[in-house]
Amino acid sequence: MTSRRDFLVAAGSLAGGVALASAAGAARATPAAMQEAIRKVVGEAQIRRGRVRLEIPPLVDNGNAVPLTVSVESPMTQVDHVKAIHVFAEKNPLPNVLSAYFNARAGRARVVTRIRLADSQTVTAIAELSDGSFWTDTVDVVVTLSACLEEFV
Amino acid sequence: MARAVVKLPSTVKRGEIVEIRTLVQHAMETGFRRTQLGEVIPRNIIRTFVCAYNGKEIFRAGLHPAIAANPLLAFTTVATESGTITFTWTGDNGFSVTESATITVE
Amino acid sequence: MSAGSRARAVAWIFFAATQTVAGAEIPLEERRSGYEFMSRDTRAMQDDDATNPGVFWVLDGEALWNRKAGAAGTACADCHGNARVSMKGVAARYPAWDAARRRPVNLEQRINMCRTERQKAAPLEHENRDLLALTAYVAHQSRGMPITIAPDKRTEPFLNAGRATFMRRQGQLNLACAQCHDERWGKKLAGTTIPQGHPTGYPLYRLEWQSLGSLQRRLRNCMIGIRAEPYPYGAMEFVELELYLMWRARGMKLETPAVRP
Repeated sequence: MTSRRDFLVAAGSLAGGVALASAAGAARATPAAMQEAIRKVVGEAQIRRGRVRLEIPPLVDNGNAVPLTVSVESPMTQVDHVKAIHVFAEKNPLPNVLSAYFNARAGRARVVTRIRLADSQTVTAIAELSDGSFWTDTVDVVVTLSACLEEFV
Repeated sequence: MARAVVKLPSTVKRGEIVEIRTLVQHAMETGFRRTQLGEVIPRNIIRTFVCAYNGKEIFRAGLHPAIAANPLLAFTTVATESGTITFTWTGDNGFSVTESATITVE
Repeated sequence: MSAGSRARAVAWIFFAATQTVAGAEIPLEERRSGYEFMSRDTRAMQDDDATNPGVFWVLDGEALWNRKAGAAGTACADCHGNARVSMKGVAARYPAWDAARRRPVNLEQRINMCRTERQKAAPLEHENRDLLALTAYVAHQSRGMPITIAPDKRTEPFLNAGRATFMRRQGQLNLACAQCHDERWGKKLAGTTIPQGHPTGYPLYRLEWQSLGSLQRRLRNCMIGIRAEPYPYGAMEFVELELYLMWRARGMKLETPAVRP
């Protein structure tokens, strides 16, 4: 008898054949792997929520090009500026997404790009300030699968 | 030869914060995809982007396979003086593209 | 059966057939480009040439337009001059009648005919990067212009064949194009909104492909979706379907290079 889970897996593969097939064999990052990647960047420093604003649409048309904007409240002066913004995804094959490095000449601590999200998941942005403090924001994103894909493996 | 498109205002006031938008032609092959015969397609991505304003670095980014194909990067800089802003993308298999734009500061 | 009743029966069948078709088609004023079904962000990506990756293919196409090719050593520009002038509005009337072949040809086929007959060069394969670039460059010259397919006696049979393909149930899921794109547009299929299926932006940058692709590539994706065996690239059935779809979108504005999810 087909279990509900089997059916859901089969139905999912109808809608997302390529996405599932193409990612097969690649170990997915886990929230733990993401924490490890984050620790590599921030070391043992405390990460505080706030000052960072991560903008991603909560529901996206396609996970292949998800618009992302990260901005940080900062005067961006020589003595007080954002040194870097790092972006991580917990369920992509690799947790690291982007690292952007700034100096006071940026005027604003803001970066815009488009990212890939393999699945619905939480995306994390972390800002590193010139005083050595780290700040973060997270967003939960739902990625919808396209209905008509190229091929079925 | 890959193409790049950069967009920024050509004339600005001194001290103004200018938005720079860049787009570069690259498939950003993740290294996680397979052909229909099951062979892994090797990773081939842009690794680094650097923007310099009259020779001084103002912005840099490290890219990973999770950056979408044909990478878009937009950021800002303070208009300090007239001159040239250069953009360099480098990556796997010797990939390197340089683009430049002039800016007039009044 | 008397001649009169046979004529009535034939008339009734004809009436029923046209009813099925006319009843299913979307009224002209209710037609909407796939653009309108996209998220704000994806629309913004298409609108700005500094963020629309399709622009790369248009720029490549411009370079190819001016590059000499083939044994004849001629460039597109040698015959057609400035594409901004000579190609303006051209894509809006394709597929168009080809007198020599006595059938409609699409833009890609027209470009390849120029290559083989004028430039004495090898034809480019479907979805070849250069063919997509040239097609995008030519179609881009009609951006913002209304589609102007005007069927005549020669093209009507092909347009009708395309319509019949659109209305015919196919594949293991036994679905017709019309069941989704005429009757259920605006509703959901998996997580995505079903668009009306107007070919207003081809070749277009599809996020799913992470690349530019032709209308035929998209139609093949639809056929795979309904578990039908796709026609081969360049098949007459596809050109007929393209002709019908462009006629169905008559008056709508071209968007090449469009962006779609």
